[in-house]
Amino acid sequence: MSKVYIYKGFERFWHWSQASLIMFLAVTGFEVHGTFDIFGFEKAVAFHRTASWLLLGLIVISIFWHFTTGEWRQYIPTTKNLKEQLRYYLVDMFRGKQHPTKKTQLRKLNPLQRLVYLSFKLVLIPMTLISGIMYMLYKSFDENNIVIVEDYPLEDIAFWHTLGAILLIVFLIVHVYMTTTGETPTSNINAMITGYEDLEDTPKTSEKKEEEKNDVNPTKKVKQ
Amino acid sequence: MYKSIIIVIVIIIATLVAVNVSHEDEPANLKLEQLKQKYAFKAVPSVDHHKLDVLHKKFETPQEVTETCLTCHTETHKEVMASSHWNWDRLSYVKGKGVYASGKKNVLNNFCIGANSNEKSCAKCHIGFGMDSNHYDFTNARNVDCMVCHDNSEEYFKGSSMAGYPDRTVNLENVAQSVGLPTRNNCGSCHFFSGGGNNVKHGDLEVAQLSCDREVDVHMATNGMNMECVACHTATNHQIKGKLYSVSTNNINRAKCQDCHTTTPHFNDVLNRHGSKIACQTCHIPEYAKVNSTKMSWNWSDAGKLKDGEPYSIEDSLGNHSYLSIKGSFDWQRNVKPDYVWFNGTAEQYRLGDSITTDVVKMNTLHGSYNDRNSKIIPVKIHRGNQIYDTEYKRIIQPLLYGDKKGDSAYWNDFNWVTAAKKGMEIAGQPYSGKFDFIKTESYWPLNHMVSPKDKALSCVDCHTRTGGRLENLTGFYLPGRDTNKTLDAVGKWLLIFAVFGVVSHAGLRIGQDLKHNRYKKQVIDHNKEEQPDRLDS
Repeated sequence: MSKVYIYKGFERFWHWSQASLIMFLAVTGFEVHGTFDIFGFEKAVAFHRTASWLLLGLIVISIFWHFTTGEWRQYIPTTKNLKEQLRYYLVDMFRGKQHPTKKTQLRKLNPLQRLVYLSFKLVLIPMTLISGIMYMLYKSFDENNIVIVEDYPLEDIAFWHTLGAILLIVFLIVHVYMTTTGETPTSNINAMITGYEDLEDTPKTSEKKEEEKNDVNPTKKVKQ
Repeated sequence: MYKSIIIVIVIIIATLVAVNVSHEDEPANLKLEQLKQKYAFKAVPSVDHHKLDVLHKKFETPQEVTETCLTCHTETHKEVMASSHWNWDRLSYVKGKGVYASGKKNVLNNFCIGANSNEKSCAKCHIGFGMDSNHYDFTNARNVDCMVCHDNSEEYFKGSSMAGYPDRTVNLENVAQSVGLPTRNNCGSCHFFSGGGNNVKHGDLEVAQLSCDREVDVHMATNGMNMECVACHTATNHQIKGKLYSVSTNNINRAKCQDCHTTTPHFNDVLNRHGSKIACQTCHIPEYAKVNSTKMSWNWSDAGKLKDGEPYSIEDSLGNHSYLSIKGSFDWQRNVKPDYVWFNGTAEQYRLGDSITTDVVKMNTLHGSYNDRNSKIIPVKIHRGNQIYDTEYKRIIQPLLYGDKKGDSAYWNDFNWVTAAKKGMEIAGQPYSGKFDFIKTESYWPLNHMVSPKDKALSCVDCHTRTGGRLENLTGFYLPGRDTNKTLDAVGKWLLIFAVFGVVSHAGLRIGQDLKHNRYKKQVIDHNKEEQPDRLDS
């Protein structure tokens, strides 16, 4: 075991600011929805809009970061080890078995995480974001007094936005719980705070091909 | 450790400083300042009519005054005689009905029902003299009443049931010399008292507006802008801007808030955006009839009760008639919260002779719906009543109400529906079967006056609330904060419950297994070791 610097500064900043923005948006959003009363409708709307602009800015920057650093490769989906990973969470972990996927600097996500995070980035966030932008621009006028978003019914916009919000909260609950399934219950959270995580030693030659070989599940290899 | 504490403190201080530096007080609304400045100057007439020799004479009849006016204002009578104030009628095109004439001449209402056959009394609010029947000569310029609108002496008033002639006590010479732009008094002499008393019909127009504070009417307040009616209801060639939709049908020449306040009067973009679907009046007239009560219902079917053979009246606690033998029972209300409807600027009215097709007769129908691009939500007073109708021919009856003496069939003298209905329909030239009953009626009065100061305007939660909001009854569209997708909410709730349940049971199983296999214990025991031990069974 050794401490590995796995989450970079921006990555941690992005993660925690996105997390707090999404939670704040959930609180204010569901207040606008009429679920509860905390800030009052008017303030909730104003806060929700401000936070949504911040989140939009953050997302733009983080997309830039993902592409310029090549971190986007972390989310390339794979079916390799997927079943094992699923079985680990459902069965094996109760038996005290080891994680089937080895975490490394270049391979931070297990195949299940890859799938979930990828769909989070490609489906859930865009769905909530686009419906949110449409909500925000609904009945807006441009400088020529032309209504920008009108023909699409607000009811449908609200439906997709609310659905996105509900799924985000479900994601949040499961995601927070899953952080406790690391080496120790707090090791994942610590890693996301400090950037360092205790990982099993990896070969010194951390080239990609070597990595992949190491990553393959022994049982599967035998079958092959 | 100290470093991170310092960083946190620095960030917090920096944030506080940034918030304080970037905070600005609400800037002055220059648009509003400009308007206030513009209307602060009162017009000074360029002619002092006191100084005109031609007006210094003894006028025997009011027509003589008109003739004298026309010696200088030589063509003005043509303008006036083309107006709806003169004709009690206005041509307009109504989709599906073609060109359609509507006005007090042929439209019925659920107050005093209609002018037909009752002209002598109703003409108190006509800008002409001598209208005592429905055979009035609308081409006689001598009968144009210039004074009723232009008298600035506050002396002029029309006599009761005198067919539009001034009261005999009026000093015509004095009035003729003191003419000028119409004041609130002039307009109010009819529009405040329509329906036979102060604030009876409109609910947002009444004598209190001659001298009120900003809470009552922000525009007309004497401690505010103190504006005259004609400031907004401007006129070109005596065609006055603004429409009352109990008699008007089309969407032209309306007086709109936007004419002065523009379509983006707020600093807040979200508020401005509401203007695409919500009229200014909706938020800015939170209640009407703020000083004196207005009539909310009128049941004609209760009329005709007598005590010892004589008509009588009952007053409510505020001094309003709750019952009159000649008119029936009324319900009055003060500080009323408006009803809200969609309105696109066009309307139609129940006209004398129209067939009844619904259980509740709409005396006027305001067109509009959420899906109509031109429609906005507006506040209205809904006046409800019941009135006499022909059960055979399915028509509202125009009864003869006013008469000079007993025995001439007028209801207000004889209290007999049979003869009043027969006579009224006869005069109006309408068929009548002789069989009548009473039917429920409704009329819609858009509210445009008694605008409150902005701090009294409706706030978001007055509408954006799950239950009990102002727009609770206006359904068929999605209103954030009020409407939800019930299915989605239910699915969402169960998804969350399921997620929490899944997480909790998963955690429970893990803890259970760990305890069973003493995994925690082992970790505790091994805490002195340099490295964490491998798991028990790995």
